[in-house]
Amino acid sequence: MTQPVLPSLDQVRQWLSVVPDPEIPVISLTDLGIIRDVNWDDDTLVVTVTPTYSGCPATSVINLDIENELRARGIEKITLKRQLSPPWTTDWISAEGREKLRAYGIAPPIDGTAADGRLMERIERLASGSNLAVACPRCGSSRTEMVSRFGSTPCKASWRCHDCLEPFDYFKCI
Amino acid sequence: MATAATPSVNDALVEFLLRTGDNTLILGHRISEWCGHSPVLEEDIALANSALDLIGQTQLWLGLAGEIEGKGRTADNLAYLRDAAEFRNALLVERPNGDFGFTLMRQFLFDAWHFELLTALTQSKDPRIAEIAAKSLKEVSYHIERSADLIVRLGDGTAESHKRMQDALDQLWSYTGELFIGDAYDDVLAEAGIAPHPASLKDKWLAVVSRTLSEATLKIPSSTFMHKGGKRGIHTEHLGFILAEMQFLQRAYPGATW
Ligand SMILES: [Zn+2]
Repeated sequence: MTQPVLPSLDQVRQWLSVVPDPEIPVISLTDLGIIRDVNWDDDTLVVTVTPTYSGCPATSVINLDIENELRARGIEKITLKRQLSPPWTTDWISAEGREKLRAYGIAPPIDGTAADGRLMERIERLASGSNLAVACPRCGSSRTEMVSRFGSTPCKASWRCHDCLEPFDYFKCI
Repeated sequence: MATAATPSVNDALVEFLLRTGDNTLILGHRISEWCGHSPVLEEDIALANSALDLIGQTQLWLGLAGEIEGKGRTADNLAYLRDAAEFRNALLVERPNGDFGFTLMRQFLFDAWHFELLTALTQSKDPRIAEIAAKSLKEVSYHIERSADLIVRLGDGTAESHKRMQDALDQLWSYTGELFIGDAYDDVLAEAGIAPHPASLKDKWLAVVSRTLSEATLKIPSSTFMHKGGKRGIHTEHLGFILAEMQFLQRAYPGATW
């Protein structure tokens, strides 16, 4: 029996870079930064994935999508590994991914503004430096305000723009 | 048990993980009851998303409990197939929802404690616990910021909202003491550097809670009586009703999947 040539890891990453996120299909799983590692263990491909939110309902769909994509590319033995640590952060969303989010109408996360559980200190800190100004993804205005800390999926908050008057999603920083 | 033997680290770990996972499970279920009933759409979404975070964390905690216990029980088995007396959640999280203000006050008192617990657990000598804590802490940091913000807005809001928040605080305060009472299991884990002793979280919790409540113009009740029993499996009648709804499907159709 002849051993088939295994595809290179670069090739595998390339394939994964076109698998869309099930909830925000405009960005890919690699744009989102949740594929932490791909590696061959003998002839088994090990894909290490980190969850975005621990209760995100998309997690199982993501695993299924990865498996389907790789099988369609001819890989037979696949192991999906869940990695919790270090926990996923929106800092890992690629520059390209952020641009795609904006074009799609979702304001990308602003690095360094993740909740740290100290609301009072945080307000003081934000007020002393640059205020958290989320630019409207439609018109670019920074005259915007938060409507709700939560939005249509666990990863988003609801905002609105005072200039174009449209509501929009903000991909909250975590 | 007749003897007062020191529990093994393993037994203490399983007990601690059940307590932690049961708190997130029962509170997650409680706030999911608001889905479709909140006063405004944004809050409906916020409560449902918080519930989702808590139930996601439950899968991690109870999953690890089952793994360490080594009897082949999964997170689902533990959630759906135990009876009330086997649940280890604090009484606070099984309190019925009441009005929106009551739900928020319960959430705030819990979030402030949860935040301190998880912060301490990120330093656990057990890496499996430290990594679940680090993951959960990101979500809970967001929860406490939301609940603290709303406590201030409603407490220092209209006469009606202020009254409701003060009533909620008066009713819930006596359920907070249990969060800080330790037992032999807690001693073992604190000694091993795996989990903080519950009493060690009290000062930090009280500092955040006092500051937020004072900003909300709310008064901490002077009574020091505290209910307890949940973490030992002695629950109020409310838990049974939660389980009847939560466990119905798996009890009626054992092993059902979809
Ligand atoms: Zn705009």
